[in-house]
Amino acid sequence: MEFFRIKHDIPFMSYGRYTTAISLVTFLFAVFFLATKGLNFGVDFTGGTVMEVHYAQPADLPKVREQLATIGLQDTLVQNFGSSHDVLIQIPLKQNLAGAKLSDQVMEGLRKQDASAEMRRVEFVGPQVGKDLIENGELALLLVSFGIVGYLWLRFEWKFGLSAIIANLHDVVIILGFFSFFQWEFSLSVLAAVLAVLGYSVNESVVVFDRIRENFHKMRKAEVSEIIDNAITRTMSRTIITHGCTQMMVGAMLFLGGETLHYFAMALTIGILFSIYSSVLVASPLLILLGVSRADFIKPEKAEAEQALP
Amino acid sequence: MNQYPLWKYLLILVALLAGLIYTLPNFFGESPAVQVSPSRSSLKADAALLERVGNILKSASLAPDMTELDGNSIKARFTDTDSQLKAKDILAGQLGEDYVVALNLLPRSPHWLTSLHALPMYLGLDLRGGVHFLLQVDMNAALTKALEAANGDIRSALREQNIAYSGVTRDGKILTVKFRDAGARSKGETEIKQRFNDYTLTDKDEGSEYLLLATLKPEAEHRIQESAVQQNLVTLRNRVNELGVAEPVIQQQGADRVVVQLPGVQDTARAKDILGRTATLEVRMVDETHQATAGGAAPFGTDMFKDREGRTLVVKKQVILTGERINDAQPGFDNRTNEPAVHINLDGVGARKFKEATRENVGKRMAIILFEKGKGEIITAPVIREEIGGGRVQISGQMNTVEAQDTALLLRAGALAAPMEIIEERTIGPSLGADNIARGFDSTKIGFILVAIFMITYYLMFGTISVLALGANLLFLVALLSMMQATLTLPGMAGIALTLGMAIDANVLINERIREELRNGVTPQAAIHAGYDRAFDTIIDSNVTTLIAGIALFLFGSGPIKGFAVVLCLGILTSMFSAVLISRAMVNLIYGRKARLAKVAIG
Repeated sequence: MEFFRIKHDIPFMSYGRYTTAISLVTFLFAVFFLATKGLNFGVDFTGGTVMEVHYAQPADLPKVREQLATIGLQDTLVQNFGSSHDVLIQIPLKQNLAGAKLSDQVMEGLRKQDASAEMRRVEFVGPQVGKDLIENGELALLLVSFGIVGYLWLRFEWKFGLSAIIANLHDVVIILGFFSFFQWEFSLSVLAAVLAVLGYSVNESVVVFDRIRENFHKMRKAEVSEIIDNAITRTMSRTIITHGCTQMMVGAMLFLGGETLHYFAMALTIGILFSIYSSVLVASPLLILLGVSRADFIKPEKAEAEQALP
Repeated sequence: MNQYPLWKYLLILVALLAGLIYTLPNFFGESPAVQVSPSRSSLKADAALLERVGNILKSASLAPDMTELDGNSIKARFTDTDSQLKAKDILAGQLGEDYVVALNLLPRSPHWLTSLHALPMYLGLDLRGGVHFLLQVDMNAALTKALEAANGDIRSALREQNIAYSGVTRDGKILTVKFRDAGARSKGETEIKQRFNDYTLTDKDEGSEYLLLATLKPEAEHRIQESAVQQNLVTLRNRVNELGVAEPVIQQQGADRVVVQLPGVQDTARAKDILGRTATLEVRMVDETHQATAGGAAPFGTDMFKDREGRTLVVKKQVILTGERINDAQPGFDNRTNEPAVHINLDGVGARKFKEATRENVGKRMAIILFEKGKGEIITAPVIREEIGGGRVQISGQMNTVEAQDTALLLRAGALAAPMEIIEERTIGPSLGADNIARGFDSTKIGFILVAIFMITYYLMFGTISVLALGANLLFLVALLSMMQATLTLPGMAGIALTLGMAIDANVLINERIREELRNGVTPQAAIHAGYDRAFDTIIDSNVTTLIAGIALFLFGSGPIKGFAVVLCLGILTSMFSAVLISRAMVNLIYGRKARLAKVAIG
């Protein structure tokens, strides 16, 4: 079986103007939503208390809210979580309430109301912790970006490193844009997924770049854009199949992994889809824009020419 | 040209065998067990205790599947939870308070596996249920406490030397000593400099007042904070022992934080209560006029406490000193007899009180009592030989070095050095933990099956080989995680699924390359060779970038994210081995021997 039997190279680079425009528009949209709506940070970052309570029968949400109000918790979010038997309670951080003791108070109250209330999960995060997590997240993002640029610089050329990281940071911004637009909860595991996507989707650019380098050696008379077109066309089959396989795994997590893994898998899904697009149609035009040429690889050619002499 | 030397096949075989052995324990499941460990560092779990536990169980006609001595604890495994609970109650009753008896789960794997240190993966709290606390130590409070102690000490030192001063005050981190004239100040300065070498002293004249400012040296400040965290760790450990948790984790995190993880604990209210409790220390006189009668009521004006050997002593109700007056306690040796001893350093007020009490009671016995949970225990009750001044007290006699360390630790750890606040709590109920395992396992399984079906239909024989290599990858990953006993969390399970999805990339790259070479008219053998060769560089490059992301996550991630990062990094390493070496070995075995290969099944 074979899905991609492409006879002629697809002139991807001649679409450069359109793809750059599409990227720019999605990117600007993402930035716009991030700026106006912001991210819906989870309790990991904002601090506060999240409780998951399981009831033997479908939970009566208004009664739960009523009970919470009696202990002075009016502005809490009470909602069903997964099923009608499970309730998720989110309590924002407040100075006047003793943080860690709060969950015990709530649980006591709920048990009084309905003895079948079973505590499934409590997460309390103090204000000090959230700040540290954001800082560490930023540091990790920075480290990954510099690490990747540095490595690609070493293996290829600075132009490759730069265009790959721009393409992939563009993915990251778009993932964040989705989370902002839909106001999905941005938790610690989503952050991990975003960083993993950064490392993973660079693969895509690397595979294309490898081919470009190989083509510079092989196709001596071809134009730069022809070389890139050929590299993308030749690797396209692998790109789609690899990402398809990874997406099968991620899809299984998205649908079967439960609430905890749902947004983690969601971030990965968006990341995978956009990384296909960006590494092919953003990184490569950027490469041309940065003026990649055969001269960047002239050294090995010289050595070969000398060897060829009798 | 597609032949591996014999050693490569052997290497792969050995690796697969090792992978299999270390993955095996994960399939046997776990049995309920009881774990007995000493509650004090001076007690050891040994063969004698093993026998004692065995005898207690036998007399209660409970037959454990296995009892063993493991490190500093004794574990007894049972077939059902009923006998486990019964055994716990009986052991806790018979062994008394010297030992912690906790419920635990032990792997059911056969003995030969355990002797190879092949253990099942270590599950994180989100998978097995339990409580995770992050506590912040109030460092400023620790410094304030030290400064307040120094405040009293400076006063009594100056009084002792008859140096006139008009007051000592603390303002933030500065102690100000006021003198009436410069002469007294310079005398005071020499005296203070001699006794308090943790402080930097500066002179300052303010109107008619001659001031001496004392501030803590940075290294002393650092030391005080460091020991405050250490002391809190010790205290927490003692308290957690009472909860009867099988494998608690109590660790320092960063400069001023402590992580407490209590697997299996559900009663968070009680856990918080015990962690936040304060213990106190009291020094009282032993009442020699009354004879202790076991079981009888304490005579009027006295209390009865047991000492650590179980003897009952009658002590007066009047308290000479409380633990708050202890600045420091260190194990050491008696200068004269060279016996192990504990050196205690009292603050100024404590030193004066202690001096008075010892002057009046030479030849009598004094008891040092530790109160916890409202119950007192006599740590030691030495005879006073002479008046003791200067706030330096030595407790010696009838102690070995371990006991001296233990006592010093108890004296220091009786109370927290600095207050702590819970700044993060994560509690996972056992049912959610089990659900999480099932979900993680299901998504990995379904994902794997989908990928396998696709790869086999798309690449035929080469797809089958790729799937087998992917299976080997999973085997190695689980084996490594089991071997390292790295904590497996739910994000970690997601990491396993994700690395499997990503690992297939290497095989896709290779298979696509081989197809391309075949299309260009190369012979099958050459195509296989070129496919593996050319794809290798690309595989390395793309894996290194993911590895960079994994390492960054490991460095900056916390808790469950770290678990994800560990799996991601390990998965990349195992996938390089299995996708390249193992799949190649299989291809070589199937196709490599035929000199003239007309066709390969690659779809």
